[in-house]
Amino acid sequence: MTYSSIVQGGLGAPIPLRDILPWAVFAGLLFLLAMYFVGVEEGAMAIFNGMYVHEFVHDGRHLLGFPCH
Amino acid sequence: MGSLLLRGMLAGLLAGFIAFGFAKVFGEPQVDRAIGFEEQLAKARGEAEEPEIVSRAVQASIGLFTGVAVVGTAMGGLFALAFAFLNGRVIHQSPRTAAIIIAAIGFVAVYLVPGLKYPANPPSVGSPETIGLRTQLYFGMIVFSLAALAIAISAGRQFVASYGTWNAILIGAGVYIVLTSIAGYMLPPINEVPDGFPADLLWKFRIVSAGIQGILWTIIALVFGASLERRQAGEAH
Repeated sequence: MTYSSIVQGGLGAPIPLRDILPWAVFAGLLFLLAMYFVGVEEGAMAIFNGMYVHEFVHDGRHLLGFPCH
Repeated sequence: MGSLLLRGMLAGLLAGFIAFGFAKVFGEPQVDRAIGFEEQLAKARGEAEEPEIVSRAVQASIGLFTGVAVVGTAMGGLFALAFAFLNGRVIHQSPRTAAIIIAAIGFVAVYLVPGLKYPANPPSVGSPETIGLRTQLYFGMIVFSLAALAIAISAGRQFVASYGTWNAILIGAGVYIVLTSIAGYMLPPINEVPDGFPADLLWKFRIVSAGIQGILWTIIALVFGASLERRQAGEAH
């Protein structure tokens, strides 16, 4: 990964899939879970019992475009 | 890969800060107006006021910030994963250009196209009974849009050798538009705007929502791309 690779464009060789896969699985799941709590929790589905999470992120949920109410 | 992911998340967090500022200034007045309409409606029906679990002040400040920042950071992380997979495989550009291309396609495929069928709605639009169905349809539309994108890209790639890159991209775009149009036509429409809901409020709310998403995708791409080129320039010395 040298300066010439910038000039020629690209990162040089792509990152091997076997290096991406474990990150994609674990981090990807965490990211989707984070989005779930802002976008869906205590709406269509609920892990916690109550409305606190829903009400706390309420405005963000609406403005980010998730279905609500 | 870990460093790439971290860069994506930090870019997402920064994007979240800026998107929060925009949402606070332009989005909150629309949310307040919509909640006002909702309360009027409830009063006219003679319903008791809903108990406030979280105060409006908290919802409109720390709550809004948490929501936008968490989603921004998660988007930045997912963006880094997509970048790692696509750069050097599907997209052969400098990191900055690749990041912008991925963000533009991501905005269209993840937000804009699903939103054309199931747009963002302010409070008081959408009945609580249909939240399950609406959530399924919305995420279904996102999944379908991403699947159509994957098909379109692999279809377009077949034509690069014979028709050139530009025409291959046009073919891919055509495939994507046809597939998502079919999905949009087949899936059931949702229209739960209550009678008398101000049209300009609905319009403004949806434009602000698109603006927030546009800011998130743009800042993530710019910051992420710039940080990669700095890293490469640093390694060259």
